[in-house]
Amino acid sequence: MSATKIPFMAAGWRMPNIWDVAAFVCVIGALVAVGHVAQGTMVPIDAPGATEITLDPWNLPEYALRTTMRMFAALAASLLFTFTYGTAAAKSRRAALVLVPVLDVLQSVPILGFLTFTVVFFMNLFPGQVLGLELASIFAIFTSQAWNMAFSMYQSLKTVPADLAEASVSFHLSGWQKFWKLEVPFATPGLVWNTMMSMSGGWFFVVASEAVSVGDNTWKLPGIGSYVALALEQKDILAVAWAILAMLVVILAYDQLLFRPLVAWSAKFRFETTAGSTASDPWMLRVMRRTRLMKFIGEMVGNAAAYVGGLRLSFRSRPVAETSKQPSRTVDFLWSAFLLVVVALAVWRVVIFASQALVWSDIGEAVGLGLITLVRVVVLMILATLFWVPIGVWLGLRPEWARRAQPIAQFLAAFPANLLFPPFVLFIVYFHLSPDIWLTPLMILGTQWYILFNVVAGAAAFPGDLKEASANFRISGWLWWRKVIIPGIFPYYVTGAITASGGSWNAAIVAEVASWGDTKLQAHGLGAYIADATDKGDMARVVLGVVVMSVFVVLFNRLLWRPMYAYAQRRLTLA
Amino acid sequence: MDAVVDVRPCLIEVTGCRQAYHKEANADLVVLDDVNLTLREGEIVALLGRSGSGKSTLLRIVSGLLKPTSGSVKWRGTQITGPTDGVAMVFQSFALFPWLTVQENVEIGLEARRVPRAEREARAETAIDMIGLGGFENAYPKELSGGMRQRVGLARALVVHPDLLLMDEPFSALDVLTAETLRTDLIDLWMDGKLPVKSVLMVTHNIEEAVLMCDRILVFSSNPGRVANELKVPFPHPRNRLDPDFRQLVDDIYGIMTRRPTASPKAALAAPVSPLAMPLQRVGTNIMSGLMETLAAEPYAGRADLPALAASLQYEVDDLLPLGETLQLFRFAVLEEGDILLTDLGRKFVEGDTDERKQIFAEGLRAHVPLVNMIRQVLDERWNHRASAVRFRDELEDHMSADYAADTLRTVIGWGRYAELFAYDEEAEQFSLEDIE
Repeated sequence: MSATKIPFMAAGWRMPNIWDVAAFVCVIGALVAVGHVAQGTMVPIDAPGATEITLDPWNLPEYALRTTMRMFAALAASLLFTFTYGTAAAKSRRAALVLVPVLDVLQSVPILGFLTFTVVFFMNLFPGQVLGLELASIFAIFTSQAWNMAFSMYQSLKTVPADLAEASVSFHLSGWQKFWKLEVPFATPGLVWNTMMSMSGGWFFVVASEAVSVGDNTWKLPGIGSYVALALEQKDILAVAWAILAMLVVILAYDQLLFRPLVAWSAKFRFETTAGSTASDPWMLRVMRRTRLMKFIGEMVGNAAAYVGGLRLSFRSRPVAETSKQPSRTVDFLWSAFLLVVVALAVWRVVIFASQALVWSDIGEAVGLGLITLVRVVVLMILATLFWVPIGVWLGLRPEWARRAQPIAQFLAAFPANLLFPPFVLFIVYFHLSPDIWLTPLMILGTQWYILFNVVAGAAAFPGDLKEASANFRISGWLWWRKVIIPGIFPYYVTGAITASGGSWNAAIVAEVASWGDTKLQAHGLGAYIADATDKGDMARVVLGVVVMSVFVVLFNRLLWRPMYAYAQRRLTLA
Repeated sequence: MDAVVDVRPCLIEVTGCRQAYHKEANADLVVLDDVNLTLREGEIVALLGRSGSGKSTLLRIVSGLLKPTSGSVKWRGTQITGPTDGVAMVFQSFALFPWLTVQENVEIGLEARRVPRAEREARAETAIDMIGLGGFENAYPKELSGGMRQRVGLARALVVHPDLLLMDEPFSALDVLTAETLRTDLIDLWMDGKLPVKSVLMVTHNIEEAVLMCDRILVFSSNPGRVANELKVPFPHPRNRLDPDFRQLVDDIYGIMTRRPTASPKAALAAPVSPLAMPLQRVGTNIMSGLMETLAAEPYAGRADLPALAASLQYEVDDLLPLGETLQLFRFAVLEEGDILLTDLGRKFVEGDTDERKQIFAEGLRAHVPLVNMIRQVLDERWNHRASAVRFRDELEDHMSADYAADTLRTVIGWGRYAELFAYDEEAEQFSLEDIE
C-alpha cells in the first residue's frame, strides 16, 4: 500500500510545519476580512462613510476587498443557479422546452442596461440600507456570470457517456448518488473553465455597477469601480493608475490562488481514457497538497462532500427500468397550450407598454443606431482578426512561446477593460479626436484576447504530421495560410471570435459614452442610446434599446457564428 | 435431448419476450421477437449472434435496465421491475469512472448499497486481489492498460457478490492475447469455485470464445432477433481449442450462422416486402476485392473454411460474415455450411483490371441492389440530374431503424461512387450525375 492513503491521524502527530503556520495565519486573516466586509453591508445608507469614498490610495486595499467579496457573492449565487436551472433543463424534457431558449436569449441580453431598475428594485426590498445597493451590484455581476455556467452544466449533463450512466443504474446508484458520483464530476472541467470565463466578465460588471445613479441621487459603494468613477469626476489620472495597479494585484492573486489550482485539480475529472501529458502542478495546489493543515481541511471537506453525495435521498426505493414507451401526448399538448397562452400574454403586455411610450420612429431610430454599432463590431472583429491571428499562429507553433503567452492572454482577458478607458479618454480629449471613431476600439479592448488565446491553442494543437507534410511538399506563403493553417485553427478561431463579438456588444453600452470631468464624449450608436436612456431614467427607451441590441446579437449569432461553427465542426475537424 | 429434469434452482426466466420500437407511420421495428431463456444456477451461458441481433438488448432486459415491450422476466420466480440486487454487469467499454481510483471504482456498487466503510474496503480489497489487481488500488483508470481496466470492471461487478454476472462483450475491446489471458483467468476462478457468483450470462460475437467458456450457447438470428438454435457444450474445462471436437463444434456454429434464413410461415403471411427493406452492411469495395483475391489464391483456390479463414485473417464473425454475405449478394461467392466458395463471376472480377472490375461491380449493383437502381432512375429522370439524399433516407427509415438506414445509405454511396454510377456531394447531401460518363 502506498502512503498517500493512510489517514491523517494514523501518520502520528508531528509538529506542524512552517507551511501550517502560514496557512493558519491566512485562514484567520480571510475570516476577519470577510467579517469586516459583512459588517459594512448592514449599516444604514446615510451612515457616515457607508457610500462615501475617498481617493486616498491607502483605502484601495479595502475597496479591492469589498469588490472581490461582491464578486464571490455573485459567484456563489451563479453556482446555485447553475446547479438548479442547468439541472432542471437537462433532466426534464418539458422544462427544457422553455428553459433552454430562455437561457439562450438571456446570454445575449445586455443586462447592463437594466442596472438602474434593478437598483430601484433591490433598494425597495431593503429601504434605507446599504444591503439593497450591495444586492443590486451583486445581481448585476450575477447576470454576467450565470448564463454560460448554466449552459455548460446543461450541456455536460446532456452528454454524460451512456455506458457510465448505465453502469450507475445497474450498480443501484440512486438519482441523487448518480448526480454527485457521475454527473457533477463529468460536468466539473467545463464548469470550472466557464466559471473562470465568468469571473473575467464579472470584473467588467462590478466596475460598472458600483457607482449608480437613480434619478438625482448617486451612490458609490466602496469598491474599485466607485474609486475609478470618482477619479474620473475629479480628473485625477494618478488615482486611476493606482486603481489599475490594485486591480492587477487582485486579479493576479485570485488567478494564482484560486483558479490555477482549481483548473489543475479539475483535470482529474476530464473524461479521457488515455493518460495525457501532465503539466506540473501550480504552486498553490502544491502548497495545499503538502501542507498538513490544509490537507486535513481538504480531506474533511472531501469526506463531508462524499457523505452528502453518498446519501440515497430518493423518492423511489430503487431505480426503475427504462421503458420504450412514448411520453404522453396529452400532457405534451397541454404543456404546449399553456406555453402558448403565456407567450400570448407576454406579447400583449409588451404591445400595451410599448404603444403608450413609444412611436414607430423610435424603433427606426434604435435600429438605425444598432446598425452603426453593428458596423463598429464588424470592423473591430476584422481588425482584431487580421492583427491577432498571425501573432497567435506564430506563438502557437512555437511551444515554448505558446506556454508563456497563454497565461498572459488569459490574464489580459480577465482584466476589466473599463479600468483602461480613462487613459484612452484623456487621449481623445487632449487631441480633440472624433469620438465616433476613437471610442470604438474600447469595445474590443477587453475581448480581443479571446481571439488570441484560442488561436494560440489551435496552432499549438495543430497535428505534427500535417506540419511535416506541408514542409515536405514545400507549401509556404499564402498557400500555406489558405490551405494549411487557417483551416487547421478555424474551429478554435470561431470559438474565440464568438466570445469576443458577444463581449463587444455588451461593452458598447459602456464604451460608446465616456467622460472626463465635465467633458462628455459620446459616439453615435445603440450602446450610447441605452446609456443615455438609463441616465434619464427612461424605462421605455432602455427596454427598446436592449431589445433591439438583443435581436442584433441573436441574429448575428444565428446567421453568422452558428453556421460558421457548424461548418468548422463538420469539415475542419479531424475524425 | 435428455429427458432428465434439471433440478438446479432457476435464476432468470424470460418468456415470450418482445422488444419493439414504435415507428410513426409504419409497422414497429422489432429488435427481439418471442425470445425465451431460462438460466439456472451453476452455468455459463452465451448469447451469440451478429451485431443487430438484439443480444445486447436481451442482456439489458435481463439486468432490469430495460423493460421489454411485452413478455415476462422473472428473477427467482418474481417479476422484475428494475435493476435487481442479484445482478452485476461488466461492460464492453469498461464504463469505469475516470475520476475514481481503482479502489473507489470497485467500491461504488457497495457504496450505493450503504455498506459500512470498513466492510466496503475489506471486500474491495479481496475482489481486487482475487482478480489480480493488487498494487493498483490507487491508480486511475487512465493509467491502466485495456486488460487491467477490464479487470477493474470485473472486480467492480464481483465485489457485490451477485448471483448472476452479466457480461456484454467483455473482451471484444481487448487485443487477442490480453483477451485470452482474461478468459482463462476467469474460467480458472470459476472452476475453483472462487467466483462469488452462481451463474454467468455473456454476450459475444466471438464463436470460439463462446465454445471455450460456456456450457450452453444460444445462437441468435438477426432481423428480428430470435433464438435460432441452442447448443450444449459438453467439453470439460480446461478446453483445448485444437481438439477436433472443439473445432467441429465451432464449424457447426459457423454453419448455423451462415445458413440462409428459411422463410417461416409467419413471414410468408406478412405483407409483401419492399425491395428497399434490405439493410446493407458497411462493407467497402477494397475489402471485398481483397477477400476475393485471397480466396482465388493458394492455399484456398476458391474454397475456404470460414473458421480457418477467420483465424488466418484475425477476423471475428462480425467482420467476416457481413463480408461473405455481401459477396453472396453480388453473386461473387456462395456461403454453405461454414465454407465460402468463389463463383465464376468472382473469379472474373479478380482477374479483371480496374475498369473491368468497376464494370462487373456496376452490373452487380444494378442487378441486385434495388436502392441503387432507384437512385439512378430518379437522377436520369430529373432535368438537372440531382436528387437529395434525404428522401432516400426517409424511405429507408420506413423499413428499418435510423441507424441501419444511415449505414445502408452510406454503403450505397460508397459502392455507387466506386462503380461510377453516380456522384455524391456530402455538403449538400445530394446525388448527381456530375463527372459520370
